[in-house]
Amino acid sequence: MTEKKDKLTLVVLSGDLDKVMASFIIATGAAAAGMEVVMFFTFWGLKAIQKDGILTGKGLFGRMLGLMNRGGLNAIGPSRLNMGGLGRWMFKLMMKQKGVTPLPELRRLAIDLGVKLMPCQMSMDVMEIDRSDLIPECTEPVGVATMLEHARESSIQYFI
Amino acid sequence: MEVKLSLDFKGLLCPLPVVKLAQTIKQVEIGELVEAVATDPGVMADIPAWTRSTGNELVTLEKRDDKTFRFVVKRLK
Repeated sequence: MTEKKDKLTLVVLSGDLDKVMASFIIATGAAAAGMEVVMFFTFWGLKAIQKDGILTGKGLFGRMLGLMNRGGLNAIGPSRLNMGGLGRWMFKLMMKQKGVTPLPELRRLAIDLGVKLMPCQMSMDVMEIDRSDLIPECTEPVGVATMLEHARESSIQYFI
Repeated sequence: MEVKLSLDFKGLLCPLPVVKLAQTIKQVEIGELVEAVATDPGVMADIPAWTRSTGNELVTLEKRDDKTFRFVVKRLK
């Protein structure tokens, strides 16, 4: 049995604004408390580490997916009440008025605090997302065995 | 004991008070004091939790009449 460390492993499956926001708040909070933090981005979660303003995909379906589900922190919307982007606009405005740290800044903060961002290779293959479509700060793509190796020795594991 | 570093956390919301505290406490030596003033009521729970998890010492934490929160933390780690 592997000994547990003061470490947090987050699996980020969701690509929604609210869930990605929660993920980065937990990650930065844990890093600030001195924990080692690893975040795995799989499926829709990849949208949170995709560069802004690019279209992904190679084949017809991949391109359609990239067009209909744009990535980058400025493109993602809330899981509920998005209403074709109106919800995203409203939530961003409300958060700005209250002085909540914007998502891109929160991700920057996580990177600066040493949080590791790991993309899932298999999801990238399925969704036709290339390593060059992702922000340069994330690690090379990994698989489930790498995630489990980190999760096994973590005192906290979350699936979001 | 004299406060070595005074921080302004007014307007900051979760998770920034603990993140900024973790980042700036490294500017003082072990055993020295850091003071901060915040407006987010969440610090009443979060600063004690942060000091417990990091092994630093919470010297004082108070809600003041002007609805701000002042705390002093001693760096032990």
